[in-house]
Parts: sequence; structure tokens; C-alpha cells
Amino acid sequence: MIEIKDLYKKFGKNEVLKGIDLSIKEGGIFSILGPNGSGKTTLIKAILGMVLPDSGEISINGKSLKNDFKYRDKIDYLPQIANFPGNLKVNELIDMIKDLRASQATKDEELIELFKLQPFLNKKLANLSGGTKQKVNLVLTFMFDSPLIILDEPTSGLDPISHLRLKNLIFSEKEKGKTILVTSHILSFVEEIADEIVFLLEGKIYFKGTISELKSKTEQPDFEHAIASILSASYA
Amino acid sequence: MLKILKYSFYDLMRSRWSYVYFLFYLLLGIVLLFLNNDLSKAVITLMNVIIILVPLIGTIFGVMYYYNSREFTELLLAQPVKRSSIFLGQYFGVATSLTMSLIIGLGMPFVFYGIFNSSAIWDFSLLLITGAFLTFIFTALAFVIALSNENRIKGFGYAILLWLFMAVIYDGLFLMSLLYFEDYPLDKFSLVATMLNPVDLSRVLILLKLDISALLGYTGAVFQKFFGTSFGLILSFVMLVFWVVVPTFFIWRIAKRKDF
Amino acid sequence: MLQAEEGDTVLVKKGVYKEANIKINKSIALIGEDMPVIDGEAKGEIITIGADNVMLDGFKIINVGVSYTTDYAAVRVVNSTGFVIQNLELQKLFFGIYLQKSNDGKVLNNKVRGEAVTEFNSGNAIHLWYCKNVEVIGNDVQKVRDGIYLEFSDNIKITNNISKNNVRYGLHFMFSNNNYVINNVFETNGAGIALMFSKFMEVENNVIKKNWGTASYGLLLKEVNDVNMINNLFIENTVGITVEGSNRLVYSNNDFTSNGYAIRVKGACYDNQIINNNFLYNSFDISYNGRINDNKFDNNYWSNYTGYDLDKNGIGDVPYRPVKLFSYIVNRTPETIILLRSLFIDIIDFSEKVSPVFTPDDLMDNNPRMKLIQHDRN
Repeated sequence: MIEIKDLYKKFGKNEVLKGIDLSIKEGGIFSILGPNGSGKTTLIKAILGMVLPDSGEISINGKSLKNDFKYRDKIDYLPQIANFPGNLKVNELIDMIKDLRASQATKDEELIELFKLQPFLNKKLANLSGGTKQKVNLVLTFMFDSPLIILDEPTSGLDPISHLRLKNLIFSEKEKGKTILVTSHILSFVEEIADEIVFLLEGKIYFKGTISELKSKTEQPDFEHAIASILSASYA
Repeated sequence: MLKILKYSFYDLMRSRWSYVYFLFYLLLGIVLLFLNNDLSKAVITLMNVIIILVPLIGTIFGVMYYYNSREFTELLLAQPVKRSSIFLGQYFGVATSLTMSLIIGLGMPFVFYGIFNSSAIWDFSLLLITGAFLTFIFTALAFVIALSNENRIKGFGYAILLWLFMAVIYDGLFLMSLLYFEDYPLDKFSLVATMLNPVDLSRVLILLKLDISALLGYTGAVFQKFFGTSFGLILSFVMLVFWVVVPTFFIWRIAKRKDF
Repeated sequence: MLQAEEGDTVLVKKGVYKEANIKINKSIALIGEDMPVIDGEAKGEIITIGADNVMLDGFKIINVGVSYTTDYAAVRVVNSTGFVIQNLELQKLFFGIYLQKSNDGKVLNNKVRGEAVTEFNSGNAIHLWYCKNVEVIGNDVQKVRDGIYLEFSDNIKITNNISKNNVRYGLHFMFSNNNYVINNVFETNGAGIALMFSKFMEVENNVIKKNWGTASYGLLLKEVNDVNMINNLFIENTVGITVEGSNRLVYSNNDFTSNGYAIRVKGACYDNQIINNNFLYNSFDISYNGRINDNKFDNNYWSNYTGYDLDKNGIGDVPYRPVKLFSYIVNRTPETIILLRSLFIDIIDFSEKVSPVFTPDDLMDNNPRMKLIQHDRN
């Protein structure tokens, strides 16, 4: 589904992506992992067209992304920090995003029910707590039925119940055969949901495969130790 | 783009700052008119305010809006919307709402005072049109600055410097060069130098109305043609449009190449 | 007409009379009925009056000859007294009514329409040379060189005239004393009034407006003494008054509105009084060259005044300085005018106001009024 070839990107003198080759098949949950500054977010943003690569090519379903913006219609993206225009009300924001996408089939009511957002619909976004904003953020992401979903730190600020609901939501989307890309620092969350992981280190792909493959490669009994051993090996 | 413009505009029209800006102009208009009771004098004072304050507010507000809506911008970037539409939409949203505050805020007291029955109506309309242009120009410049500077402190700094330069320093350098080269014919130079600064350009445009008697006192065919015919008025307006178009083009270009 | 006796009245019927060089050498009254036309066919002068007590009334006189050596006129009065010239309409003229060494006459309600474009090939509408005690009243003169011209003429009353669109001056005095200029309108002339080398004049209740151009002004005072200027309106002139080498002048109860400069003082002017005037929205109120001031500014209203009146007596508590530093800069480098009303200029003007370096530090109005003066004009 997503093909990335020889992707390079630097910001000023800082080389963030140094030749990424990656292909992600349709269907399943992929988790992109890596320490801070390894290029996770840059990679995701490159897929979204927010970061323009210096060289290399990204294509989705065989179509190159260059000079195209309509492909984003097929992507649902959850940004890391949820910050919206403070003077809009929640339902206005939802209507606005729907309006921008010109999309009819939405599940916003279902999701509002799921995250218990009804009491906030008429409140201004500036007056919402961080957690509530993140819920709104989730509604905005999941209300469309796009085949590719990209989640950047989806769990931040969520209470345990919402966390659980999010997990179920992700699984149910996977059931529909969608492709889901997730970045997260919470390893237990990744371990639970990911079918396959991609480990980035200093702008390169260090590892790609399932979690059990990672464990056997690093000869560690559990996921957390496996990750730790990669990091200590690389910094040793 | 129109959708983004619409939402930015709605968002801003409900923001505290638009009200502050609006109330400021309302109050200014009322104070100028009803304390002085002199329409012509009010128009002259207003000119000073518009030429100095409108660029300042446009610049600061533009930079502020851009930085404050960064995350939201990122959300929009992930939507199937053209990049240039997002930024141009936001820019026009900000500039339009500022212009509305200016025109309604100043317009209301003047309308109640009876501007429609006064000969000052043209001077006043010209002031508002110039104010609108300055808002669009300086908001666009602010967006260019903000788009080129990730660091918001730097961005604010450059924006304030830009304003200070255009509003004060430029004229100081301009005056010094005129005095220094006074032995040479300077009328072409001074007209060109005026065209290159939107603040001066707007000022001269208003001078054409308020101080035409003084401006016509000078020899030199170029000045005569500029001030004495509609040539000056038309050229000034063309240049103002140019000053809106160029930074807008830069917004478009920088937005197209920028990483978020 | 040749048969007319002294004291007769000759009535001329309506019609077109193609005649030039008509000489009137007897005291007669020549009166046109229903405006008969006298067409001089550009042959030279049309009517010359050489006798006392002649009246000329109600003709349309056209086609005066143009010459670069002789000042042909539509009507010339030579060495005569007691003339009355009224209700004439002059067109296609060189000089209009030319009074030469003639006294005690009247020029009333004439209408002159020239087609002057340059100073060199045009003449004056009403021209007085060595005349005394003449009244010039109710004339309407447009598009000539000088609307009304006086040279070596004293005790002339110029009232209720309109002088417009003239190439040079609306009214021009040279070496003429004790004259009255009252209730006239001077509009869009090269310059409104030029008073030169003259003394003892009264200039009252005139409207002087829209005299625009590089060398233009509403009123030029050059080497004149003892002139009173009262109750005049100066509106939208490039310069309201230019004054040079003139002493003991009184400017009071005038309105200076929206001029480039209200008063521009050049060269030595002493003992002038500028009192009780309104200075409204002029780009510059007063311009001065030099640091010495011997003129008195008092009790004027200045729309540019920004002081306060804490004791509420209607007089501002801080003096007003009408000369701006910027006017000096503009005098030196005229192109700097383009920076008028710039914030930078306001800043340097302000600093000069606080501590005068270039402008005369005693030049100020110690009693600036807080409110517009309502002048009594009728």
C-alpha cells in the first residue's frame, strides 16, 4: 500500500532521514518506534505531505505523492498535540472538518457517544481540558472511513477508560481491513496492538518485523528489554 | 480556500482581540469627533493613527495568529486541502476581520456624526481604503515573516523591527539622503523611495487629498505631474495593490516549500 | 455722433457696428440700447475717450487688435476726469478698460472674458496708470493677464469685484498708495493679489482661494508698509500670504484654511501684528527664514495647537509655536515635502518645539485660543 524509496530529509544541517526504504502492506497495524529524534514524526509527516523530502519517493497505492493533495482524502490523521481554534465550538469544528472533506459517510455521532462528548458539544474549544481535546481529536480522526489511519501518540492525556475504548476502536478498524500506522512511547500499548513494528534509529530503519522476530533477534524475553538492548547496543 | 477563509474569519470575529481592536477604533472615533467637534481636524489626526497604528496592529496580529494556530494548521495540512489554500485562506481571514474592525469601528462614530452630509466624506473614505490596504499589506508581511521563522520570539522581533523600519527609520534615512544629495535633482528619487514603502505610499496618497495646496508649491516636472494630475492617485493605488500581491505571492511560495 | 454737442446723450440702437478707432472728444453720454455690438475687427484700439465727463454704458465690445508694441484697449480714457464706464461686455480683447492719467471716475459692473493663455500675448482687464480717486466696483473679470492692474494710482476703491482664472494676478498694485480693496473674490488666478512697493492700504472682507502652483500665492506683499488686512478668507492656496520686506502690517480676523502655507515670511519684516486669526488645517502655519523675530503673534486660534486650558479661560496655558523645523528643511530641500506628516518628521518637529535650535525661540503665540473664533462678517 505505501511504498517509500530511498527517502532523505534534512533540516538545516541536521539529517533526520537517511535513506529510508519501507513498504507497508495493506491491512494490519504497524507501529513506528524509535528514540526521540529518530525521525518517526518526520516520516509520518512525509507520508502526509507536510514535510517535503529532499530526495526519494513515496507512493500510496502506486501513485506518487508529489504535487498531489487529494490523496489525503484517503488518510485519517491524528496529530500529536491537539490544539484547535479556541473560539470555535466542538460541533462547529466537527462540521468544519466534514465540510473540508466534503464527506457524507461519517460516524461522528457514534464516536461522540463512545467518548461521552455530548455535554461539551456547545462549548468553545478553548475551555476544554487536554484530555477532552484529545477525545475531540480522536472523533475527528475516526469519523471518516478512510483506508489508511495514521495515529501520532494517540494515548496522550487519555483516562484509562478512554484508553480502553481507543484500543477497541483501533481493533475494530483493523477488522475492516484498514491499514493503521501508530507511533507511541507506551511500549505495552504497542505490544498489545501492533502486528508489525518498524524501529527507526538515527534516520535509518534498524529493524522491521513482528515483535516476536524482534525478541528472537535480540535474544530478549520481553519487548521492553528487546528495545532496551537495541538502544544500548547502538549507543555502546 | 474560501472555506478556510470562512472559518478563520468566524474564529477571529469571535475572538477577544477583534473586539478590543474594534472597541479601540470606536473609542478613538468618538473621542476625536465629540471632544473636538471638528471633522476636518479629526480626519487629520486619524491619518496619523492609521498610518502608524494600522501597520503595527496588522503585523503583530498576523504573527500572533500564525503562531497561535500552528497546531490547527497542522490538522488542516493533513486534510485533503491544498497547502496554499490553507495559508492564503488564513491570511485573508485575518486581514478581512481586521479590516472589518477598522472600518466598522471608525465608521460608526463618523456616520452618527453625519459624515454623509459633509465634504470630508471623500477624505474619510480615502482614509479607510488606505487603512484597509495597509492592513492587508502588513498582515501579509507578518505571515511571510512567521512562515519563515519557526522561532516565535524571533518572528515577533522581526515583525516589530519591520514595523519600526517602515514607520520611522525609513523616513529618517530617506530625509538624510535627500539632504545629503540636495544638489542633485531629487524628485524622481523621492517618488521612487516613496513607492518602496507602503507606509509612505499611503501617507502620500492621503496627502494628495489633505495637503494638495502645499504639494503643488514645488517646481520639477515630475512632482507636478504626480501631484497635479490623477496620475499620482492612480499610480499610488496600483503600487498599493502591488504591495498586497507581492507578499501574498511569497506566502504562497513559502507555504508550498515549507516543512511542518 | 459727430454731430453731438457737449452734454448730449447719444442712444445707439441694437445691431453690429464694425468700427475701430472711435474717438470721443466731447462730454457726451454714449448709451447702448439692448447691448449693441461694436466689432473692432482686430484693427487696433476701439474707443478712445479724450474729454471730461463722458459716460459709456451698455455695449458689447469685441475684437481688439493685439500688438507687442502698443497696448491696444477696448476702451481707453486719456487725461480725463469724471468718466463713467459701466455695463460693458468685453470679449476677444487685448487690454480691456485702460485708464491713463485720469481721475475721479467710475468703472462699474463690467464683464470681461478674455482668452489668455500666456502672460506675453495678453493684457489686463482693468488697467489704471497714474490715476486718482477712481471707483472700481462690481466688475467681473476672467481669463486675462491681470484682472485689475494699478500702477502709480492712489485713492482707488476696489469693491465687490470678481476676478477669476487670470493668468497672472487677480489684482496687481505697483507704487500705488491709499487704496481700498474690499469685498472682492479672487479665485484660481496665477496669484490672488500682488501688492508691491505700496503703502497705506486697507484689504478687507476679500475671499482669496485656490491659487495653486509653484509660484502661486493668495496675497503677495513685497516692500509694502502700513497695510491692514482684516476679515479676509484665505482658502486652499499654495501659500496664503507671502510677505517680503514689509513693515507695520496688521493681520487680524482673517481665516486661513487648508493652505499649503498660511503665511510665509521671507526677508526682513518688522513690527507686524498677527492677531485674532483662525489658522485651520494648513500644512504649515508660518514659515520663516532667519532666527530673528520682531513680529507679534497673539490671540489666534491654531487648529494644530495641542495644548490644554486648565484654568478654563479659553486661552491655552502653553504658548504655541507656529514655525515647524520641517518648514526650514523644506525651504532648503524642496523635495522633502514628500515626507510631510511622516512620523519621523513629527518626532523631529516635536524635539525642536521642546528646545528650539533652528526656529526663532521667541516666535510664539502666548495666548493661543482653544476655540475657533467666530468672526463677524456681513
